[in-house]
Amino acid sequence: MKVRVHVSLKPGVLDPQGRAIHHSLEGLGFSGVNEVRAGRLIELDVDEGVSDDSLDEMCRKLLANMVIENYRIEKAAA
Amino acid sequence: MSAFRAAVVTFPGSNCDRDMADALEKISGGAPLRVWHGDAELPERLDFIALPGGFSYGDYLRCGAIASRSPIMRAVIEAAGRGVPVLGVCNGFQVLTESGLLPGALLRNSGIRFVCREVALKVENNQSLFTAGYDAGQTIRIPVAHHDGNFYADDATLDRLEGEGRVAFRYAEAVNGSARDIAGVLNEAGNVLGMMPHPERAIEAAHGGSDGRALFQSAVKGLVGA
Repeated sequence: MKVRVHVSLKPGVLDPQGRAIHHSLEGLGFSGVNEVRAGRLIELDVDEGVSDDSLDEMCRKLLANMVIENYRIEKAAA
Repeated sequence: MSAFRAAVVTFPGSNCDRDMADALEKISGGAPLRVWHGDAELPERLDFIALPGGFSYGDYLRCGAIASRSPIMRAVIEAAGRGVPVLGVCNGFQVLTESGLLPGALLRNSGIRFVCREVALKVENNQSLFTAGYDAGQTIRIPVAHHDGNFYADDATLDRLEGEGRVAFRYAEAVNGSARDIAGVLNEAGNVLGMMPHPERAIEAAHGGSDGRALFQSAVKGLVGA
């Protein structure tokens, strides 16, 4: 089973990387971009038997740092 | 004076472990024990544990994230819970926040760039085991070398840290965008200190300054007597 974990910085947490990307986009002449926030996409291939609770625990224990990040689990259609 | 038994943990990618061991040896008079990240147990009867700077696991996932889940860290967390003093410097500080031994997180520097220079720090709390050798409010100069030293915690946590005197050091100049200029924090019991600046790089004149000496001297004196 393919699982995608989207990790993003919580609202309000400063994202210098997103800001640098934003500046670079402006430097390339793209206008109308109001804000850029950079996150992380982690793709997992797990056995069918792996429970939602277990995936959740993987996120909370390692894949995301709950002090600064949120996560969203997306399971690919079989 | 009984012997001071310290251990320095090395993770894959640590690069300040030797400097840390050297500083501890010069100041305590005894060579610290060296511990590998994959070890499941720490040596017995330790007086002090140091987590050094570096780029453990190449900073993969998040700085300190993988190291904080390594086998030795279970033993370090257990020892810290028993009151054994733990000092984490730079990447060691990141490992301490990732492990939950210290609150908050270290984000990318607000100026994006890696910062590598000597900075001025204000000693906020001189009542801890690590800082008793300084005067309260004293300004000291210690080098920093990091890309992710921007301390973040929510306002309630920051208020609690300040209210409980757990801010050990504050930057006395703009360095990395840290919340309330926090450079080093203590845990609730006061036996765990994490800091981004490198005291082990400022212990003798040849380093360009020796303001880091008092930190190690405080710990050695506090633990085994003068």
